[in-house]
Parts: sequence; C-alpha cells; structure tokens
Amino acid sequence: MSRDDVGILACGAYVPRARLPATLVGGAHGWFSPSLKKAGDGRRSFCNWDEDSVTMAVEAARDCLARSDAASIGRVELASTTLPFADRSNAGLLREALDLPDDANLSDSGGSLRAASAATLRALENDDGRAALVIGSDCVETKPASAQEATHGHAAAAIVVGKGDPLARLKGSASLHQDFVDHYRSAGERFNYTLEARWTRDAGYRQQTRDVYARALADAGIGADGVHHVAVAAPPALAKAVARIVGATSVIGSELAKQAGFCGAAEPMLKLVAALQSADAGETVVLVSLGQGIDVLVFEIVKPCSSRSLALQLESGADETNYCRYLALRRLLGLDEGIRAERDNRTAQSAAWRKHESITGFKGGLCTACGTLQFPQSVVCVNCGSGHTQEPFRLADLKGRVRSFTEDWLAYTPSPPLIFGNVGFEKGANVMMEFTDAAAGEIEVGMPVELCFRIKDFDDRRQFRRYFWKPFPPRGASDG
Amino acid sequence: MARGIRDRVVILGMGCSKFGERWDAGPEELMVEAFDEALGDAGIEKSQIDAAWLGVFFQEQSTGKSGLPLSQALRLPNIPVTRVENLCATGTESLRGAVYAVAAGAADIALAMGVEKLKDTGFGGLPERTKGATEDLWLPNSTAPGSFAQLASAYSNVHKRDMNDLKRAMAHISVKSHRNGALNPKAHLQREISEDDVLNAPMVAYPLGLYDCCGVSDGAACAIVCTPEVAAKLGRRDAVAIKALQLAPSNGYELTNDGWDGSHTLTTRLAAERAYAEAGISDPKTELDVMEVHDCFSITELVLMEDLGVSEPGRAIDDVLDGRYDYDGAIPCQIDGGLKCFGHPIGASGLRMAYEIYLQLNGRADRRQLDAPSTGLAQNLGGVPNRNVASVAIYGLTDLKG
Repeated sequence: MSRDDVGILACGAYVPRARLPATLVGGAHGWFSPSLKKAGDGRRSFCNWDEDSVTMAVEAARDCLARSDAASIGRVELASTTLPFADRSNAGLLREALDLPDDANLSDSGGSLRAASAATLRALENDDGRAALVIGSDCVETKPASAQEATHGHAAAAIVVGKGDPLARLKGSASLHQDFVDHYRSAGERFNYTLEARWTRDAGYRQQTRDVYARALADAGIGADGVHHVAVAAPPALAKAVARIVGATSVIGSELAKQAGFCGAAEPMLKLVAALQSADAGETVVLVSLGQGIDVLVFEIVKPCSSRSLALQLESGADETNYCRYLALRRLLGLDEGIRAERDNRTAQSAAWRKHESITGFKGGLCTACGTLQFPQSVVCVNCGSGHTQEPFRLADLKGRVRSFTEDWLAYTPSPPLIFGNVGFEKGANVMMEFTDAAAGEIEVGMPVELCFRIKDFDDRRQFRRYFWKPFPPRGASDG
Repeated sequence: MARGIRDRVVILGMGCSKFGERWDAGPEELMVEAFDEALGDAGIEKSQIDAAWLGVFFQEQSTGKSGLPLSQALRLPNIPVTRVENLCATGTESLRGAVYAVAAGAADIALAMGVEKLKDTGFGGLPERTKGATEDLWLPNSTAPGSFAQLASAYSNVHKRDMNDLKRAMAHISVKSHRNGALNPKAHLQREISEDDVLNAPMVAYPLGLYDCCGVSDGAACAIVCTPEVAAKLGRRDAVAIKALQLAPSNGYELTNDGWDGSHTLTTRLAAERAYAEAGISDPKTELDVMEVHDCFSITELVLMEDLGVSEPGRAIDDVLDGRYDYDGAIPCQIDGGLKCFGHPIGASGLRMAYEIYLQLNGRADRRQLDAPSTGLAQNLGGVPNRNVASVAIYGLTDLKG
C-alpha cells in the first residue's frame, strides 16, 4: 500500500463556547501568585458542566462527518487522556451517538499527549480498506492558581482517513519515544504535576526534536526549505521554542493558543485541522507532536478544506465573567446545591439498553403510514393510530425551532437557570428538551436551534453519567 | 350515548381541614379533621358508609400506598377502600369513584377522601422525584412552575399579546385570589397582596414570579355522597347534586406533535365539552355562577378561562383585567382563594374545590357568600401542559321533594 493511496479526506473541530480569560484568573489569584497578573490578554476554552471528552469528540466528529460519508467509517480511533470511562468503550458510546456502522473497529487510546498523533499515523500507514475516523479530545482540569490554569484548554478535533479525493497526504514521518517525565498525572487524579519548563525544553526536546524532525524530512524526501508551515503541539512556551529549534518560518495555530489554549491530547489534531483549513494547495505542513517523545508528520496539502469551522468556533466564544462560576461548573468548587440536588440519578441500565438507539442516537419513530415523526418512538402512532408502523428516524442532525421555553430557577441544575422547552422539528415532531450553552435571556420563541450531544445527569453515588441531546442557539461570531 | 351521571348522586356532607404548613399534623390528623366535619354535616354514623375512596398522589411522601391509610386513620369497619391516583386530578378522581359506586347501586352511601402531606421534605416547592426508568433518560429535570411557565411564552407568541400585558393580567389573577383567600379561615395564605407585589416578586420560572405560583401546603378534604332517594329518606329537602364528572387524559399528542401550539390545555377543552353536555349546559358564559379552576399558576388560570369556554380565544387577558372573574364579576373564580391561597396538597385539591362550590350553593360560605349561585364548576389539571389529566365537575342544586 502506497502512502499516496490514502489521505485525509475530511476534518472538523469542536471548541467549547465557554472561555476563561487570563485576566479573570489573574484577578482571582494575583494576591497569591503575582506572576498570574501578567498572564496576558488571552483566554482558554473550558467545558460546560455537561461536556466531557466524549461529548466534545462527538461534536468534532459531526463537524468532520458533515463533509464526509459516515456510512463509510470502518474504524474509530478516539484519543484522549481524560476519557470518562476506564471500562466501557468510550469510542463505542461515540459510535452510537454518531450512528456509525456497528461493525466498525473501535479503539480508545490515551496515556500520552501523543495519543492522537500516534493514532493518526496508525490510520495513515495501516490502511485496512475502510475509512478511519481519528479524534483527539481532552479536558484536563487545571489546578487553581497553577501556571496552566489560564493557558490549558479543552477541545476536540477529528479527521477522516481513507481512500478518495484527499485534502492532504502524509509524505513522511518519524517518531521517538523517551520516558521523559516533564509532567505526569497518575490514574484517577484530576491535576497534572508539572516540572520546570526550561528543563523540559533543554533536556527533553531541544536536540531530540532536531533529530526526529530531520529524520521525518528525509523520510518525506524534502529539505528544510521545502517546508511551508510548522505546527507544534505543545504548551505555548515549549511550542514557541520548538518552532525556533526547527527553524520554522511560518507557524500554524497562533489563534488556537490565544482563544483556546493548549488542549492536551487534542492539540495535535487541532493543529492539523488548523493547517488543513488554512494552508494552500501544494504547501507542505509539518506537524510536531510532543509527549514522552516526539512524532513528526510531514503532510502535503492537496486541496484546502472548504470549511473554516475551527476559526469560526475560536471566534465565537463567550468570556466567563465570574471566576467562581467557572470553578463550580468544572466541579473545582463545591457549592451547597441544596436538598433538591440530592435526587438519586441512578440509571436503570436495562431500560437504557432497551432505549439506547433512541437516547444515544436520538432516533424517533417515523410512521410509515402517515409520515408523522414522533419521539420517543412508540408502538401506536400518535397521529393516525396505526400500530407497529414506525421506523427509526434520527433527529440529532435536524434543526429545530423553539415553540415554548422557560428559565427555571427552582429546578436543580449545576448552571441555573434550567432552560427547557418544547422544540419543534420537521415532519410534525415536538420534543420537550433541556437547552444548553444559553444564558438567561438568550432563548426566544421561534428561535432556530441545533442539537448537541451532552451529559444529561451525573450519578455521583455510582460514578456514572448519562447522556442525551440538547438544543442550543447557533453560535454566531458576534458572541465573542 | 350513555345516560351519564347527572342528578343521580347528591352530596350528603363535606369536610375540609385547615390547609397550610401543618407541622402539627400528618396525613392521619388531616384526614380525621376533614372527616369529622363531613360526618357531622351529613348527620350519619360512620357505620352507615358502605365504601370509600382515597386519593393520594405522592404515596412515598408519608401517606403510603393502598386504601390502608384511610381505613386505619378513620378505623373504618373493614369496608372496601380503594386508593386512586391521577396526578392533580386525584381528589376529583376519588370523588368519581364514590359517585360512580353510588350511581351503580353498589353502595348507598360512599366516602371520597383526598389528602396530601407535602411539608415533610425539608425544602420548598414540591417533592423532588425521578420520572421513572425510561423518562429520566431524556426528559428535562423540570419543575411544575417551569413546565407551566411554557404556557405563557407560547400564549404570548400564538396570540401576539405583549408579555407585559400578559404579566399584568396574571398579576390581577393572583391579587384577586388573595383578596378572596383573605376572607377564608381555612386558607393557607390569608393576606391581600398588590399588583406591584406580584410584578416585583423574585422570578421562579420565567415569566412566573413567586406570586404567580400557588403555595405548597398540607391538607385533606372529603365528601360523603348518596343517591337522592337516600338523602330524601334522611330528611333532606334539597341537596347539591353532581351534574357532570368528566375526565380527559392526554394521549401523548401534545408531548410529541407540533400540532398542539403550547398555548392552551387540550384536555380541559375536551373534558369541558363533555361535562357541559352531561350537565345540559349550552352556554357556560351565562349558565355558570361560580368556578373553582386549577390555578396552580396564574397563567394556568388565565388559559383555562379560554379552555372552559368562558372567554374567547386570545381574550382572557382582557376579561381578567375587566374583572369578569373577580368576586363581584360575572363568574367569580376561586372565590375561596383557590390553589393560590390554599396551596396544593395534590390529593385533596379537587375535593377542596368541590367543598367551596358545595358551601356556596348551600348558602353557607360565610363572608365569601355569593348571591344565590345555583350552578358551579370545578376543574383540575393534573400533570403539565404537554401531558396531563383534566377533570371537569359540575355541581347544581337539586330539589328532593318530588
């Protein structure tokens, strides 16, 4: 199999709407750590209370699959260091949410910030004849007042690899593994332990990156002058240093650093998508991915991606104005949520299994007798009364319209008010749904809404979380 | 068409506990309080009751399942007791059981009891509970105010009525009910409020503020019913008769189909239509003298005026603001203070409404007494606007001499 047969066919990204400005962090912690006051005017993305690495991965994949063929996917590589389940296929959950073929080969990978670049290499170099969906997604929590708090964010990005009319081809690559512990996080812990950045740069990556970079260029058969852009997946200061070390003349992803921050295992995919959505046809882009070693991937851009989804999402964030709310949404501050929050959210797994396609894939029933769409799918049609006539019909990718809503200050939610209402869809369907990513005053009757896959409830007693779909107002560039 | 229930059953006696935050009382004390009044009113012995129905909604909230809580609290002589539950129409459902048993000839005298003890949760509002194994997977963790607030946003949109005008009419509804409740010693809230109080209250669920919501209370109410023949035999010359008892539950249409516009309650319209037919009412606007409707929230009462056919679609705002449903209006509504002032001990509410109509028709409503009303309506709406059980009961005076 020649490298030229297989390429990147599509790409997509997801950056949460919520952003934590460095100035807000500096204002909160400057008394304790004066250096944080000088963290600059950037911001980082963070997950809403109902997002995690799986929900972000689903959204990045949906962005990607909007320009690709979901039915062709035969392999899913989900790379993250923060997958919610240690023993339940996270990629399997994602597969159901995306309604991908159920015989696809699924893999969860993690353990390193290079998990996604390694998965990309596997997909590009071990083609098994079916298209592969490769996703990097990460939401590493940062310790309050740490150097990472204002610079490390949450996001996901995805590519489809396969045969066809590619956006880019891999021209060469090289890797190095070294058990270099510049930071680590033990299993089950929430925060990284991070060592001095200058040591990381000088002892861990300076000479090593030069060597691996040179090997990758040699593998691609090009010289340093054949490189148009370099994209470095590493925390900001290290990324800057590495770009200098390899003599980069043009660096990809500066907006990413300013608007989302360094996004862990998602970073190499985000940088790759940034390149695919901004570089010109015929240009060569080198992706350098760091984490207990180095992956260097050399790509030739065949045709630029028609979408600017990553840039649009980076632009359309909403700055958090309340540092305590950020802490509470990320469960870094335990608020007294009241007795109402004590409700037991135990999931009846047998019921959840019976309804898994309806819930995870958000499929209603389309009556073949009268054409009425209804959720949930039922035995007897709500419109014509025919029995056993409904076929599963996916609502997840439909656009809806708000028919009624309220902002409920009494109901328990981690982010009051609970906004919910009737959402109308095509073919006569109406579903009562909980909205997300909308503040009080943002929802109106008649407003168009899109759907996203989110956490519905946490069950802290059993360390479980359940997911469903939620409507949200389309993100406009004016939000930021 | 079935013969219906009109004039086949009369009310022999009724009782109603004091409603409120009854820290002193559990379901047992509340039921005994209502029953003692009803038994004295009926002028019979406990042993003359042939069968009983008990309405309780939150069985897990201290009252318990089955007919046992009633049988045990009243030390009934092992007569049949059936426990019923149909959301907020539970009290009316309990009455329906007793009335149907008497109409069927299976019992000469039957008891309908409704009770709810809500104030044992330790927090405000209704008890928090799961929606069941399947619906928890997708339905929002909504509250009752949040669900009913949807009526307001949809109503404003469907009828193109400014939200500020709607809010003012909703405020008028609460002010009116508090004015009535202030005259009722059994009400939970017995204080008059102003329109400004309502409009400036903290938001509970947009656009419903605190005073757009009914209270959460404990209470019990009951009725003893029999045939007109039995009442006559007991020496009654006239009585309040059941003219109609109708029930309409949703079938999922409002929940799943966009054919319902969200601005009204479909089931109330159906139950009202059937009840008017059963009672022989052709023009509710002129034939009804008094109404008790399910004013769990101000917006609910407003849209119910249209659903019950006493206001034209889209015109309830104007009728409310014109005072049509005030104590001195054309059809006084919530003359006892309503759910707004009594709160809503779910199992008891339908019977509490019937109690006020019963007092009014008998001329025994004390300071709230209207001028010789002869026909009254009580309506319940159980559940939420997009999925509910509506009941409509019509009561009227009947002559037993013939």
